[in-house]
Amino acid sequence: MAVNPVDPAGVLRPSPAGMGGGTPPPGRRGFSQYFLTPSARATWLGLGMFGPALLYIAAIVGVPFVLAFLYAFSDVRVGSAGFHFVGLANFRSILESPSFRQALQNSIVFTVVSNVLVLIGSTILALALKEKFRGRGFVRFLMLLPWVAPISLGAIGWKWMLDSLYSVINWVLVALHFFPPYDAPMWLGEPHLAMASVILVQTWRLLPFSTVILLAGLTAIPKDIPEAAAVDGAGFWRAMFQITIPMILPIVNVAVLFGIIFTFTDMTVVYILTAGGPYDSTQVLPSLAFFTGIQGGDLAQGAAISLFLVPILVAVAYLMLRMAHRAEVV
Amino acid sequence: MFRGQRFYTFARYAVVVVFSALLAFPFYWMLITTFKQTSDLYNLAGNPFLFNQKPTLANLHLLFFETDYLRWMGNTALVGAIVVAITLLLALPAAYALARLTGRWGQQLGIGIFLTYLVPPTLLFIPLSRVVSILGLQDTIWSLVVVYPSFTVPFSTWLLMGFFKSIPRELEDAAMVDGLTRFAAFVKLVIPISISGILTVVIFTFSLVTQEFVYALTFISPDTNQMLQVGVPTFLVRGDVYFWGSLMAGCLIASIPIAILYNLFLDRFIAGFTVGAVK
Repeated sequence: MAVNPVDPAGVLRPSPAGMGGGTPPPGRRGFSQYFLTPSARATWLGLGMFGPALLYIAAIVGVPFVLAFLYAFSDVRVGSAGFHFVGLANFRSILESPSFRQALQNSIVFTVVSNVLVLIGSTILALALKEKFRGRGFVRFLMLLPWVAPISLGAIGWKWMLDSLYSVINWVLVALHFFPPYDAPMWLGEPHLAMASVILVQTWRLLPFSTVILLAGLTAIPKDIPEAAAVDGAGFWRAMFQITIPMILPIVNVAVLFGIIFTFTDMTVVYILTAGGPYDSTQVLPSLAFFTGIQGGDLAQGAAISLFLVPILVAVAYLMLRMAHRAEVV
Repeated sequence: MFRGQRFYTFARYAVVVVFSALLAFPFYWMLITTFKQTSDLYNLAGNPFLFNQKPTLANLHLLFFETDYLRWMGNTALVGAIVVAITLLLALPAAYALARLTGRWGQQLGIGIFLTYLVPPTLLFIPLSRVVSILGLQDTIWSLVVVYPSFTVPFSTWLLMGFFKSIPRELEDAAMVDGLTRFAAFVKLVIPISISGILTVVIFTFSLVTQEFVYALTFISPDTNQMLQVGVPTFLVRGDVYFWGSLMAGCLIASIPIAILYNLFLDRFIAGFTVGAVK
């Protein structure tokens, strides 16, 4: 992706005659310019410019992050000012709760299955979109919609399409005689179908994101490499598995890592489509944390549940760091 | 060989058509539903792909004049505008500092701030709900104005840092020789030529604000103060009654403009997401 954001015509290159022309007005030199070395001045200015953002992030991400840990070991509830440490009591009670175990298991299934589907689908789609063709821009717009539109609204669209009575999907299935009339599947009403539905909608939402990232990786492969391979007699599949896929592997990693974070830590699709039901069969960790901590008012247990997201976050952050450092070295 | 070529061309088009139909179908369905009469929506006998009764504007009328939709739109636009302003105010100087002034620490700090983008709302919303109520901001859009920069600033700083690095250093050096201070050179030279980078951040920030769901759901309960993305799926449903026509209209109208804008800047967002794995 060679993006050159700076004026390509070069109009903005500094002219040798100097910017603004003439000699600098001496009165505008500040105090610091006389008393600090240039590099020290740059360091202080750097701190001054970076500081506000750092402080804001520390206050609004760092502090609640620490609070989440404190809450998980306490008895904080909505509406009570008390704060006592209760040790591992919250963890003991959530680990004993069947809802939690179900949610943990669902979270893993939800994340793994939808990301595998996204990976397969987006690889196929990115390969198909690699070459230019008429209308590619419009196709890109259409296929990006699920990712760009607010997901709560996209999920409502699916809720209508998966309606128990008026589902268009069921109408088609009945019309094709897969099911007798009035006996089509209740997509959101039966545990396994409900799980399949939320996985499907999450896949639908993530596929465009993963596709455009893979597309960026594919277009970055120098054209002469596949051509040389073709001259040497490598067929389509051989070139695919021995050249294309190894070359885009780093970028596949990026897409997968983001996909895992966006799935494991999100509750929107589940909240809108099933609210975790029927019988917790689609409950995931974030939605359980919401229902326990916010709707149920048990902030401490809610915080303890959401702490189970941290191991995945740490693992992904570590892998991203390693990748960023490698990109820097190369 | 030639036949193989034709086969791949055909396969490619087939894949493109099938995938874009699957991905865009829910939005097409929103469009059809928007203009159907309610009795047509609940007519099991007719073909749902066709208008079995005359198209109607009643759903749009209900949406705009009998619900808080316009208010939610206004709330979303207002929160979006203020969060964009805060994000630019914080991220522009921070990104410049990382790109130019912090030397070898710049890259490390940049990656550090990028990683905070990965910390999800579902981990922070419980403590933040208490912070918000201590600050007296609950049930107002100001709670979102305060909290949303937590995810817009990190990503925007990261995007702008890459952008500033691609500007030749000589630009500021020449200006400083001419007597401008470094900060003045940043304000008078670097910012004006970075308009496209700034626009990228504006669109990206705005799209993040319209997509966020968990914080808006958690912090705000009265319907009039709600954001579009929570108001439509939660308050357009009365009891167990779904006004599908108006719901779908509300979803479609909120989705399309932001999608068009997002498309214009797509390449830059991707360059940001790929963390330098693609050059």
